[in-house]
Amino acid sequence: MMDHPSDGTLLTIEALYVHFPIREGVMSRRRSTVKAVNGVSLTLERGEVFGLVGESGCGKTTLGRAVVGLGPITSGSIYFNGRSIIGLTGQEARERARHIQVIFQDPHSSLHPRKTACDLVGVGLKLHGLAKGYEVDEQVLAMLKRVGFSVEHLYRYAHEFSGGQRQRIALARALVLHPELLILDEPTSALDVSVQAQILNLLKELQREFHLTYLFISHDLGVVRYMSHRIGVMYLGHIVEIGSTDEVFRQSQHPYTHILLSSLPSMDPDVPPNRIVLEGDPPTPIDPPPGCPFAPRCPEAQDRCRLEDPELTLRGNTPNHLSACHYPHIS
Amino acid sequence: MSSELLLKVQDLKVRFYTLRGVVHALERVSFHMNRQETLGLAGETGCGKSVTARAILRLIDPPGRIEDGTIHFEGRNLLEVDESEMRKIRGSEISMIMQEPKVSLNPVIRAGKQIAETLLIHDRSLNQTSARKQAVDMLAQVGIPDPAKMSRRYPHELSGGMSQRVMIAMMLVTRPRLLIADEPTSALDVTIQAQILELIKSLVREIQTSVLMITHDLGVMAETCDRMAVMYAGNVVEMGSVHAVLKNPQHPYTQSLLQTVPDNANPEQPLFSIRGNVPSLLEPQTNCMFAPRCEYTMDRCKQQIPPTYAVDGDHQAACFLMENKHECR
Repeated sequence: MMDHPSDGTLLTIEALYVHFPIREGVMSRRRSTVKAVNGVSLTLERGEVFGLVGESGCGKTTLGRAVVGLGPITSGSIYFNGRSIIGLTGQEARERARHIQVIFQDPHSSLHPRKTACDLVGVGLKLHGLAKGYEVDEQVLAMLKRVGFSVEHLYRYAHEFSGGQRQRIALARALVLHPELLILDEPTSALDVSVQAQILNLLKELQREFHLTYLFISHDLGVVRYMSHRIGVMYLGHIVEIGSTDEVFRQSQHPYTHILLSSLPSMDPDVPPNRIVLEGDPPTPIDPPPGCPFAPRCPEAQDRCRLEDPELTLRGNTPNHLSACHYPHIS
Repeated sequence: MSSELLLKVQDLKVRFYTLRGVVHALERVSFHMNRQETLGLAGETGCGKSVTARAILRLIDPPGRIEDGTIHFEGRNLLEVDESEMRKIRGSEISMIMQEPKVSLNPVIRAGKQIAETLLIHDRSLNQTSARKQAVDMLAQVGIPDPAKMSRRYPHELSGGMSQRVMIAMMLVTRPRLLIADEPTSALDVTIQAQILELIKSLVREIQTSVLMITHDLGVMAETCDRMAVMYAGNVVEMGSVHAVLKNPQHPYTQSLLQTVPDNANPEQPLFSIRGNVPSLLEPQTNCMFAPRCEYTMDRCKQQIPPTYAVDGDHQAACFLMENKHECR
């Protein structure tokens, strides 16, 4: 197992709810509610990589956006370095933006195609007043060099770069501000495996070098396993299991995690496929039924699961492996 | 499994005449498929997997052109039949499932009608009512609950997994002998991917069709295919049974590709990454395309195009490293 660097809590999310009302009709009456994030609590230690996995629509991106202040928050609290960061405005909001940076999935839409690499990376420095004049160019060049570019790339336009190169520009743009927390929302999903390997290696090096904390959002279990110290599994706006990467992969406690892991096709042709095929589609987060969010698809659901929402409770052998299931099983 | 030959692609060459120059998309691509066999095409973006699939259906649009080669399907050379004949083959004998079901389905026609339409086009003797009935039966066969009701839905009312099922139903309703599946599960979540892969596997057995499975996911390939071909920059670099290629890869590119996948990597160590970048396809090929990135490059790799060597039985690789160990094909 990897060593678990813990020198203090960086981010605390408490009972976070993000709901979006759906309004219809002439009077714009509230018809139903999309419960994208439904009571999520988690803490990130300084210097750790926390992986958030789940299928599309489970709320992992919404959660990431809420931390950066890109989404409305219905209730709950988020503390960064011990201070609440909800509803900040003006100078305080700018400060937060500097310390919490995001890398988005699609580098083709997150970089302005008509700006040069130099402009893209330097704009943050200017906005935050961190550097002036030639210092901007110096710092930009240093950071671009760190992520693998040279001087000749400085004045190329974003559209001239390949997907992997663009993702490295996005990384330089975030890191030049010396943030503490980086939200990585599917940073390699749009890339080929060989390019993905380069970016993942770079992300790991930078994390150690700058002592960064990552919230690593991905649907790819292999990538999350390789990158993260701890993992949270999300389903329909809830975190259903949370624990160290090793424990979640080896001794998954929640039936959903178990099924998710078994769905992953194995590259070894000698391993007989033993996947559990789930019936039905993932339910929509629009007005979900009461009880456990996974109950309608769970092969082991009992009557109690359809009535009571299970809470995250300690399971397994270590004090930080939690799962939200009434009838947990050890695989 | 019968080993009767179904499809034989020989020295296929496809070029695109773009404003930036001639893109050499496929260079002498050769492979064959037997009846009731699932062949996987693996490789990264731009290696020519999808171009190969489209070339088989003769769906290469200008500025692209099939320059050379033969595609023998059940004895006929598809590059020589006329367009009206080709239209009959497409959809009835060879069908194709695309990556994005939402984009491939017509958004303003109900799901059931789209399937019935496919039937009516290929079988003039059929009437509306029986085509509709067959469409509903097919929807039931692909595991859509309440098929009669679902056949009246529009594609936008269906989820991603459901649309892909409709797409599969549409492609298999004519009982084609070859199904080309171009990244059929890449747009889907893993639990839905598991459902779709199981479905394709069971249907293929049921209607006894062959599948050309294009995917960049080697896990999907290991689970669904009998044989596989690895492509790099418009060339087939290695081909053989899935077991042989994944367990005993011979070509340096295949070996590197397998190592870059993070699934079973040790988190303590950096992931293996292939140095350099994918080569430009604008230059005509004069050497091994992988030579600039290969760990074992020799002088001749930079001067000649490596021939294909037989490794063991059906297993073959296009690399000079094979020369001393194996005979040339």
